[in-house]
Amino acid sequence: MTKQEALYTYTLRLGDNALIQGHRLSEWCSRGPILEEDLALTNLALDQIGRAQAFLKYAAHIEGQGKTEDDLAYKRGEREFYNNLITELPIGDFAYTIAKQLLISAFEFYQFSELSKSSDETIAGISAKALKEVRYHLVHAQDWCYRLGKGTPVSHKKLQQAFRELWMYTGELFEMDEIDQLLMQDGTAIDLMSLRPDWLNLVGSILADSTIVLPADTYMQTGSRKGIHTEYLGHLLSEVQYLQRAYPDATW
Amino acid sequence: MATDTQLDLWEVFIQSKSGNHHTHAGSVHASDKQMALQNARDIYTRRNEGSSIWVVPSKYVTASNSEDADMLFDPSNDKIYRHPTFYVMPEGAKQI
Repeated sequence: MTKQEALYTYTLRLGDNALIQGHRLSEWCSRGPILEEDLALTNLALDQIGRAQAFLKYAAHIEGQGKTEDDLAYKRGEREFYNNLITELPIGDFAYTIAKQLLISAFEFYQFSELSKSSDETIAGISAKALKEVRYHLVHAQDWCYRLGKGTPVSHKKLQQAFRELWMYTGELFEMDEIDQLLMQDGTAIDLMSLRPDWLNLVGSILADSTIVLPADTYMQTGSRKGIHTEYLGHLLSEVQYLQRAYPDATW
Repeated sequence: MATDTQLDLWEVFIQSKSGNHHTHAGSVHASDKQMALQNARDIYTRRNEGSSIWVVPSKYVTASNSEDADMLFDPSNDKIYRHPTFYVMPEGAKQI
């Protein structure tokens, strides 16, 4: 594997995580519990899609075959996507979406804090911008955790259940392979494993303040680093990619 | 009027840039002040309109009564000399 190949896949991972999570959040459009929250969630979606655009554009540049970010978003198959499984899971109910957002935003907070110091200037630049957005995403999810956790018995139960169901998808966030190892040599990539203690502390303290029990580590799902996904990604892509697949290169 | 079944109402004031005054932008629903600030941010500053936000519970706004409008506002109708239009503006004076 060359450094270029590694960097291409590494950048795809960053772009795919943002694209798929952004699409899931966009599914809340017109379905939010109140108008204000509808806009809040779709704002988060737009942040993610903007980030996806930046990373995928860079990935296309690294690949050097004249593709655009749209080609990478709309014309790759399921097995060529490298987003973490947690991002592709259905949005579920509002508590589930909030739990998912908290786990992801807490991770991204540490991830982009470190990546903004990457020796790769483009990755560092996009990460510095993403970090500002993520800080807000984290506050938004955290405040809703407090409200739902300490709200009614029903909201508490739904939030607790959501964290139980999602926990097995959190191990993958910190998985590293030969791509990470290769790119860490010159400071392009970061050590994901080293972020886990801080992430666990942060999530643990937010859950404790929300009167939610931190789930115990058990079996962790895996696969996305190799392009192996849950049954949900194919369905998601069929919707995202429908237009480009049915009418290739369609324009306004 | 239909009863509002959503959360409490808050009035939102946005400052477009540092130095300008905060202008009423609209209102949001929220259960607490943090949420009111966040909702105001998401609704009224998403096109880069703001540099600072104030939120105030709508219940604390005291409004003038529309029946008193002629008593309160009509008397100032014919007092054009209250406008500073009879002065020459000094050169270089802005924001007047």
